[in-house]
Amino acid sequence: MKTAVIVFPASNRDRDAAVVLEQVTGQKPYMVWHADSEVPSDVSLIVIPGGFSYGDYLRCGAMAAQSRIMRDVKAKAEKGVAVLGICNGFQVLTESGLLPGALMRNADLKFVSRDVGVVVEETQSAFTRRYNKGERVVYPVAHGEGNYYADPETIARLEGEGRVLFRYAPGENPNGSVNDIAGILNEKRNVMGLMPHPECACDPLLGAPDGLPMFQGLVEALG
Amino acid sequence: MKARVFVTLKNGVLDPQGKAIGHALNGLGFGQVGEVRQGKVIDIELNERDEAKARASVKDMCEKLLANTIIEKYEIELKG
Repeated sequence: MKTAVIVFPASNRDRDAAVVLEQVTGQKPYMVWHADSEVPSDVSLIVIPGGFSYGDYLRCGAMAAQSRIMRDVKAKAEKGVAVLGICNGFQVLTESGLLPGALMRNADLKFVSRDVGVVVEETQSAFTRRYNKGERVVYPVAHGEGNYYADPETIARLEGEGRVLFRYAPGENPNGSVNDIAGILNEKRNVMGLMPHPECACDPLLGAPDGLPMFQGLVEALG
Repeated sequence: MKARVFVTLKNGVLDPQGKAIGHALNGLGFGQVGEVRQGKVIDIELNERDEAKARASVKDMCEKLLANTIIEKYEIELKG
């Protein structure tokens, strides 16, 4: 299975994503530069990595959402290619309209960088099929703007359609997100964004490898 | 023509930065300070003399990039 990681100026978790993608697929992912016009057409999964693309100028993810490569990412997402946006990647996906809502300043204005408990709310997706419903996993977070916001109608839809895949465990919401939302899915269920970093929880040397089932499940579903 | 765009959070959207500024102002003894909302100002030089056209294009810029209309609203000021 072929995968791609989009690289923006100031992406910084792109290589973490590449390491786990190579581990689960046995092949190095394409590292696709933001100014390129196309993601290779044999790709089944595109990862938009964490970082501070374009220095977070204007709004986090706003400039990256306008970059040339995102036009092709949007086109491929519409054709059904799986897209995973992690942290800044989630911000890029909301800014580009591939996912609803917006990510705002953390409610306490602090940058949070630590492990958090996250509950897998929904397993009916390529991203979460290897987890158990209600399972509590630990992923690191590292963000200043992870406070998920959407209007009440959008939140009701996300909840009603089983599109909230991840929620911060009770009492562990690090940023003030509505309904403790940590990760959501688009309507077609092929685009997912989350603030925590599953790709940084894949090596036993760095703690519990709770993120690995996400990537193994994606290979199973798409490979 | 010059355009000045004011981007602010919509009413009802929590503005933690505005709140922090309000607390700090109260702490400095400005007891009369109520709610504070923070936003940004973007100045744009435009190669356009027609005011209606300038306004339309800046509005388009706001919708496409300058504001995230899910959480933000914008106002446009034009100067000759």
